Order: sequence, then C-alpha cells, then structure tokens
Amino acid sequence: MTPTGPDPMHGAAAPAHTTAPPRAMPGHGEAHRHVLVAVVLNKPGVLNRVASLMRARNFNIETLAVSHTDQPEVSRMTITLRGDDVLVEQAAKQLYRLIDVLKVQDVTSDPTVEHEIVLIKVRADERNRGEVLTIADMYKAKVVDLAAESLIVEATGTEADVDALIALLRGFGIKELVRSGTVVMSRGAGSIEEATKR
Amino acid sequence: MGTQGDDAGAGGRAHEGRSPTSAAATAAATATATAAVEAAAGRDRINHMPGAGTPRADAISAGRREMLTDSRRLQIKSLAERGAKRPRIGADAVCEALLRQGVDLFFGYPGGVVLPLYDVLGDYPELRHILVRHEQGGAHAAEGYARATGKVGVCLGTSGPGATNLVTGIGDAMLDSVPIVAITGNVVGSLLGKDAFQEIDITGITLPCTKHNYLVRDANDVPRVFAEAFHIARTGRPGPVHIDLTKDALMGVCTAEHPETVDLPGFKPTFEGHPRQIKLAAQEIAKAERPVILAGHGVLIAEATEELRELAEKAQIPVAHTLLGVSAMDETNPLSLGFVGMHGWKHVNKAIQSADLLIALGMRFDDRVTGHVPTFAPYARIVHVDIDPAEIGKNVAVEIPIVGDIKRVLQALIPQVAAVASERRAAYLAEIAAWRAESETMPWHGSGAWRNGQLSADFVVSRIGEATGHDATLVADVGQNQMWTARYGGFRRPNSHISSGGLGTMGFGLPAGMGAAVGRPDKETWAIVGDGGLQMTVQELMTLVQEHIPLRIALLNNHKLGMVRQWQELVYAGNYHSSHLLGPDWCKLAEAYGLAAFRADEPDQVDAAIASARAVDGPALIEFCIAEQQNVFPMMPAGKGLSDLLEEQFEEPKR
Repeated sequence: MTPTGPDPMHGAAAPAHTTAPPRAMPGHGEAHRHVLVAVVLNKPGVLNRVASLMRARNFNIETLAVSHTDQPEVSRMTITLRGDDVLVEQAAKQLYRLIDVLKVQDVTSDPTVEHEIVLIKVRADERNRGEVLTIADMYKAKVVDLAAESLIVEATGTEADVDALIALLRGFGIKELVRSGTVVMSRGAGSIEEATKR
Repeated sequence: MGTQGDDAGAGGRAHEGRSPTSAAATAAATATATAAVEAAAGRDRINHMPGAGTPRADAISAGRREMLTDSRRLQIKSLAERGAKRPRIGADAVCEALLRQGVDLFFGYPGGVVLPLYDVLGDYPELRHILVRHEQGGAHAAEGYARATGKVGVCLGTSGPGATNLVTGIGDAMLDSVPIVAITGNVVGSLLGKDAFQEIDITGITLPCTKHNYLVRDANDVPRVFAEAFHIARTGRPGPVHIDLTKDALMGVCTAEHPETVDLPGFKPTFEGHPRQIKLAAQEIAKAERPVILAGHGVLIAEATEELRELAEKAQIPVAHTLLGVSAMDETNPLSLGFVGMHGWKHVNKAIQSADLLIALGMRFDDRVTGHVPTFAPYARIVHVDIDPAEIGKNVAVEIPIVGDIKRVLQALIPQVAAVASERRAAYLAEIAAWRAESETMPWHGSGAWRNGQLSADFVVSRIGEATGHDATLVADVGQNQMWTARYGGFRRPNSHISSGGLGTMGFGLPAGMGAAVGRPDKETWAIVGDGGLQMTVQELMTLVQEHIPLRIALLNNHKLGMVRQWQELVYAGNYHSSHLLGPDWCKLAEAYGLAAFRADEPDQVDAAIASARAVDGPALIEFCIAEQQNVFPMMPAGKGLSDLLEEQFEEPKR
C-alpha cells in the first residue's frame, strides 16, 4: 500500500477536498399526507395491480377511490398515503412501472378541489334530533334518511371537514359510518387526463 | 435485443445470423414506393407517430421494428401450407406467435389443459420443445437461454402445480431483469373460480413477480397478447411476462391476425438520457480524482460493453463489477478491478470506499453491494444511470441521476468526457494496484490445496476458467460456489457469467446451464454448482441426456450447505444446525442417468478431470471433493459496511 491517500479499511483521514457526511438513506424525511392521482387503463385487475404493488412495496394506503372517467377505456384513482417526499416519489415511480398505468401525479401541493362523501347513521330521537339537525346544517350536510331512533347524515367536504363533523356527532352515538375516500381534481383549465387522451 | 431497439444492437450477436441492413433496405424501398404513389395522387403523408423525428420517437419505432425482425426472416407458413386439414385454433396462434418472435426452442412440461397445444405442436417442427423434468427447471432454463443469447426465453407449464412450479423461475427472472415469457394453461374459462381440478389463481400469484401478466380466455386474443408480451419482456428493463391461457382459448377457433405493432400507451420506456444530466455527469468526471465505475447487469443487457471499455479507457477510470455485471468488461483489462460487495475483492471495496466519484451503470445498489448505506462510499458523489426511473434514489441518494439506456447514454457521454492522460491517474491506479496485489496474494486462495492438502474450491474454478480459455459460459448455482465462480472464473467475454443474483435461487445452476448450453451451441458451457443446490434440481440431468445437451457440470462437493455453514461459523458461533447434508454417490448417480462422470479429490487430479469432461460428446459431470470447512473470504457481515470485511485468520503458510 502506498503511504499517501486514504485508507478506508483503517480509518485514515478523508481526502483533503471532501468531507464525509453519512451517505444519505432515501426516505427518512418528515412524513405527511400525500394525494396521488393515477390515470389507468380500464382493464380487469388494474385495481389489484395497484393495490398489490402498494402492499408489496410497503406503502400504506389511507384511502383509495376508483371510478370511470369520461373516456371509456380509462379509469382514475385517487390515492392518499402518508410518507416523506422521497417515499411518495418512489411510490409514484413504482406505479409507473405497471404497464396499465398511464399517468401518476402527486397533487399534494397543487391547487385542487378535494372532496369525499360520508354517510353517518346517528342515534337521534325526538329529544335530541333538533341538535343533530343544527350541527348537520352548519356543515351543509343533508339528512337523507329518518327513522324514529336514528337518522342518516350525508356530507361532502375535505377529509378535515368530515373529521370535524364526525367528532361533533360522536357524542350522540354513531351506529354506522362510511366514507368514500378522497377524490381530487386540479383547479383551473389544466387536466391531468389530457396527456392520456387518445 | 430490444433494450436499445436499434438494428446495430440487434445485429451485435453474430451467431443469430440476422441481416438487419437488408431488412432495413427492404423497408426503405417499400416506403419510397408508397410515397411515390401518394405523391402522384396529390396527397401529403401524415405521420401519426407522436413526436415524430425526435430521438425518442425513433427509439420507439426501432423497438417496434425489432420486435418483428425475426418474423420477417422466418416466413411462417400457414396451416394450409403445412397441409393440416383443420381450423386454426388458439394453440396454432400460440405456435405462430412464438415463431414470429424468433423463438426456436422452448422448455415445457405437458398436462391436462395444455394438451391442445401439444396436439398441434407436431405441425410446427421448426419449434423445438425440450421436455424438462420439473417446471422450475424449465423456467430457469429459459432464463439461462435468455441470458446467454440475449433473446427472450420461453417456458411452459400446465395449470395448477405446473404453473406454481414455474413461479420460482419467474421470480428469479424478475429480480434479475431477465426477458422470459412463461406460458401456463388454465381450466376452461367457465370453470374459473370453481376450484376445478388443477385450478389455481396463477395470475394472482405471478402478479407481483412479473413485469406484466395476462389471463387469456378467448383464442382471438392470443395474437395480440403474445405480441405485447414479447415486446414488454424485451423492451426497456427486461423482465418476465406470464401468459395464462384457458383451455378454451387454446382450443377455440382463432381468426385474429398477428398485429404488426403493439399499442401499449402505458409502456413507454425512456431510452435517451437527458442531455443536461449527461453534461453534468461529464463535468463530474472531469473534476474527479478518484472515480470508479460500478458496472451492473444493465451494461450487458444494453450490449454496452464496448462503450463501457471506451469510457473507462478514455477517462482512465477503474471498473468494479456487481455480481451480475461480471463479464461486462474483459477482466484482463488493467482497468477491470473485479467483483464488488459482500464477497467482493478487498481492493475493489477499498477503491469504492475511497472514491470521490461513483459512476453506477445499470445497477441498483443492492444491499449485497452497499452494505450499511450510511457508510457506503462516504467520499463519493454518485452518477447513477439506469433505464428504470424507479431505481433512481430507491436505495441510495444520488447526485446525478440519468434515466436511459446505458448504451445510448454512454454514446452521448463519451464525446463529452475529456481524455485523461494515464499520468494524471498514475498515483491513484498504482495505489489500487498495490491493494490488488495484497488482496490477490492472501493465503486463502490461489493455491490448489486449502488445508492439509484438501482440494480448494477457488482453485477448481480458476482451473476451469483456464482450461476453457476463458471463453466458456460459466453458470453458477447459489452460495459459496457462486461467489467462487464470480471471483475466480476470470471472465473475458460478455455474458459468459450467469448467476442468480437478486433472488439467489439454489437449484438455478443446472437448469440455467442447460438453457445457456442449448442457446449457445457455439460456446462451451459449464454449470458450477454445490451439492446442496444440485440436489434441488438434479432431475434435469435426464433432460441433458435425452436432448444431448453438452453441459459440463462441476460439482463442488463439500457435503455442506456451505454458505449456511459459513454464516453459522462466523455469525452464529459455530452452531452448525442442519448445514451438513448427505448426498448420493454422485458418479454412480450421474452414470445411472447416463452421463459421463469423473471425480477429483486432490489438486493434481483437477486438470485431468476437466480435460476428460471436455472430451465427452454430450453432458458430463465432475465431482470435485473440496475441503469441507473452506469459507469465502473476504466477507462483509450483514448490517456492516464495505470497510468492515472479515478475513480468514490463517495460521498455515501458503503452500
């Protein structure tokens, strides 16, 4: 071994022109909520492919909403998941590897309209029904079913809006609750589906 | 192959005997004629190719042309021309599709639902069917064939167990980016989901371990699906594609024609690297004082070995090989350092740990390469070139990512890299050479005998390399034998080293060697296997004999699951549970199968045994009775870094 130069095996000094911070491990930043839109071919099994990939790659889906678009051969998924930026970027790149995925976009920091729908079956009888109706009204929610001891509230809004409504109604007793998962669309004239028009 | 999709690349393998220039000339003549007709009619031509004229569009077109190169050559005969008086069914479409894709042979095993295919196979004598003894062997053989030839390998199994037996090989191909098409049968469509005899949801099983998969229920979908499957398997980052065909899809009348192109809007690999990123890479190379190239499997897949050598020599950059990158550069080139990682050469790992720039080409920073990432190459900035964008930043954060085909990126990069005079790197390369001299003269390898005169495994491997003029394809199994092969084979020809890297599949060596041997009859092929792995797929010995495939099998017999034993010795305090295993009398077994068999117990018998096996017309096996306690060193313990290599404490002086 020549006397000059670094000896990595025995902890000698680094080359003069560099310092040695630890090699960055990708994906160790602050985790927060991300919203991904995936435009996919409307074929059997596509949802399975997306879900299987997310499971296999260890990405934790919070919500997943799938539906047709105006193009019969194309479907659209809105996926929300928690993770740091690098992890979510990996998720998007992995989704792109699927042959049936046409486009993936992280719209977390874009201006968007983001909504989900919730149906809440709340205990309510003649004594407290008025209170429930007042709360529902404040959240622009509708009562879509009424029975002697319960009613169903339907509301749309962001995840946070829906969370707040649920928190307020919990005191009355929630018998049943279903949320659609978030769907999202970017504001303005641009279209996520534009590039996939055929 | 289609990775770069250009005719130059496709023509790079002389043995295939393609004639891309004449095909291109014919196409050009046709185009001219059509243009003339249209000009006469007073019409303008509209090119519907998106981004027509751009390099990317050209790449896509070339890729599509490439897909059909072989079909033009083969002139596939119709059923009528074959004299068959019956309607064309899905099974015919399968055979036609295979021929159109340039498949000359495939590995299969019949069973109930694929019998319609075997019923018509006799009408296609130009398709050679090799009957394997287990579907796993068929899948590995398809991999070996694909890796030795650069073409797509094909394997076939029936429904249920036939299909599940293929899965290990499919998974292996997925992890190692090997282009194979795996075909399975399934029960009649109306029975799907009824738990019919030999029904299993095989597309559900292969979904996460294929690049793409198909369930075909209609004979008329067969032509399209096969065209797409081969295109997907070989284009971009190659990988396995699985096609599950219901029995009625095989038996139903098929009127669909084979498509000339495929329509896959969601599959558009990027071939050209971004010019700005390539410029940045060139700037990094200009600044670097201690650069190292990390050459991976992508260099071989993209057939970029010449470009690799050119870059290395122009900028005087030493080249380290990942396990699957071994043979990407002639190891006799002074700039080729050898094999990197957990069992890599110490001087290579030291070079990486002291580098100020890593140029990673077609590799994915596997944990066996990096060890503990925070301590990996701590002084190096990293340029990472890969065709799969998802590999960028997956395991290691990099400074200069470039997404593209290695060959094209290097072709764009090399002119921008300033030639470096060897004097500028003299001190650096001399330092590595000194490390190398030290690393290659360690007492635990290079000699014929290990301890007490017992045969040393690395000696056997290096003698096989020497005896075959370093031109044979060496196919390793998994474990110690694999590491010895990669370290001591001495590789000079691209794709002359085949190993199961990502999945690490024991039992890979024999069947993959069989596929490599049958795919490259012009090259000698050796499988270097251990006694554990050989017992997993040993039944393929019979296939070798029946098909007269001249594979030479070098069995490194230490009566151990050697790598397990090594870990138990070094990591689990000598708790040798279940790592000792009995094997048969190998020579008797081989002879019972009808193979020529030889045995070497001592160093001075090795050369003679190799020579005897090479003289056999057909398959042969040599049992090398190697030292039972020999370990592969150096070794990077799990969770440690490339600077924390374990080396043998060796008391005895080198012989």
